[in-house]
Amino acid sequence: MRKNNISYAKYGYLFSIPFVLAFLIFNLYPTIYTVIIGFTDLRGLGRTTFKFLEDPFENYKSILNNATFIRSLQTTFIIWIFNFIPQVLLALLLTAWFTNRRLKVKAQGLFKVLIYMPNIITAATIAILFNSLTGYPKGPLNDLLMKLGILDAPMNFHLQSGTARGVVSFIQFWMWYGHSMIILIAGVLGINPTLFEAAEVDGATPTQIFFKITLPRLKTILLYVLVTGLIGGIQMFDIPRLFLWGGPDNATLTSSVFIYNQAFAGSYLYNRASAASMIVFIIILVLSGILFYSMRDRAEIKLKKTERNRLKEEKRMGAVR
Amino acid sequence: MKGMRATTNLTKTGIYIVCIFLSVLSIFPFWVMFMNATRSTFEIQQNSIGLVPSKFLLSNWEILQGKTFDPIVGFVNSMLVSTGATLCAVYFSSLTAYALVAYSWKLRQPFFTFIMAVMMIPTQVSGIGFYQFMYRIGWTNSLWPLIIPATATPAMVFFMRQYLMASLSLDIVDSARIDGSREFHTFNRIILPIMKPAMATQAIFTFVFNWNRLFEPLILLTDGDKYTMPIMVSLLRGDIYKTEYGAVYLGLSMTVLPLFIVYFALSKHIIAGVALGALKE
Repeated sequence: MRKNNISYAKYGYLFSIPFVLAFLIFNLYPTIYTVIIGFTDLRGLGRTTFKFLEDPFENYKSILNNATFIRSLQTTFIIWIFNFIPQVLLALLLTAWFTNRRLKVKAQGLFKVLIYMPNIITAATIAILFNSLTGYPKGPLNDLLMKLGILDAPMNFHLQSGTARGVVSFIQFWMWYGHSMIILIAGVLGINPTLFEAAEVDGATPTQIFFKITLPRLKTILLYVLVTGLIGGIQMFDIPRLFLWGGPDNATLTSSVFIYNQAFAGSYLYNRASAASMIVFIIILVLSGILFYSMRDRAEIKLKKTERNRLKEEKRMGAVR
Repeated sequence: MKGMRATTNLTKTGIYIVCIFLSVLSIFPFWVMFMNATRSTFEIQQNSIGLVPSKFLLSNWEILQGKTFDPIVGFVNSMLVSTGATLCAVYFSSLTAYALVAYSWKLRQPFFTFIMAVMMIPTQVSGIGFYQFMYRIGWTNSLWPLIIPATATPAMVFFMRQYLMASLSLDIVDSARIDGSREFHTFNRIILPIMKPAMATQAIFTFVFNWNRLFEPLILLTDGDKYTMPIMVSLLRGDIYKTEYGAVYLGLSMTVLPLFIVYFALSKHIIAGVALGALKE
């Protein structure tokens, strides 16, 4: 990059300055600040001064002993599982259909546009819309289920923890399966088409092709969907917060709503909320780590190992010679 | 062979039925919402699913007015936040990506590794510290803390870098230098136009993301004049609207309508953009 003896390297630094400054000030500093607050007595609306606690982990201990927090973690997990598993399964099924070379499903563009649509609508709006739709005793969902003969009497979806969680899971599922589908389809379209052609020539059935060629090749993209889904799912806030404000009886109180309630309502326990967000962050890190570890390509690792052994062998042979 | 075709046709019919069902599932809640926005509370109580519009749109609008929900203030604030944040994010991400691609500097690789590492860190982790920081410098009830931080958007820098690597030839930069163009001028006049397609895709997503954001505005804004659209929406959950079904549906509709217009006008680009985002790996 050197021409006429002028070094342009300084522009690399210069042009990165706005990003770095904004990152340091609005991202790194608040993160460190949050960590610090977790070890202090900072609480109460409008307070900004604090001193460190004698037992630095007091907030962590009290959060980990807080039954509501533990339950919020379970709630988050339950709602996530019941949204994510059907979401990925349906997305995979639709991907298999839409990319099936023999079926050639028509109007794919239209289906994709409609199926993806809920994803761009404001989650806050959707939460309140579903609150109205699932109303009791008169509400569109109750009316519909009774007209179809599925229910004899209206059901209060907001009162039981099972149905309340079910609705939240459904909303998340409904908002996100189209997104997962489009990403997976893009992944399939990125696979070398000669692989499919060869399989077809060899007489493989579409089912065989999907499970033996498509799915193994989708591993990286699936991992991407899984990790982003996990990080997003654990932070789920808008829907559970506005659908029933975490109720009934904390059944839809996810960990993010718990943190919000600790810090910005009641006694404004910034310190406890900070400790809780750190715990949630550590959980996200550990789970993503496990995902990466379990999804890494075993065949590739094996290949690398044999390659390394071969090199070692050659070196030794060379030394002997 | 004939039997096989019959099964294929049967499978295809099944697939179309499922796809049509899923499409209806996407539209139906919004259809009910738009229709109920034009129906009176009495009508909704009689039959909560209306598939055709009624004539109470204006009276629902009158009920909405004069209460806390103010869609115009929400719209203007959300417009300011989303436009500002999108401009910051797109411009500075492009600039940073250009720094990563066009110049060789000592910290280039470490800096890129760093961007990759922080890309996945969830924003809510720093929420409490961010609030305290903004409170101390008196930036609560201001739209700035929702705009300026977008200057550092690691995921977009990553995306822009991949795009530049594939589409920028450094010869262009060199010939601009020979013509006496200064580096910053080269970026603004020559590089930015090259990046237009990538910028457009990223702009749509950043705009929608900021339009829909609830958490940060919720913790920072307490003054009704500063509320963004999602906060305005959350007011519809309040007690004063408890029995005003039609008005609530109308309020919700008003927040969805702009998104619908944008989505159906740009849906092709949006779908292509989602697919592109996945392939950046």
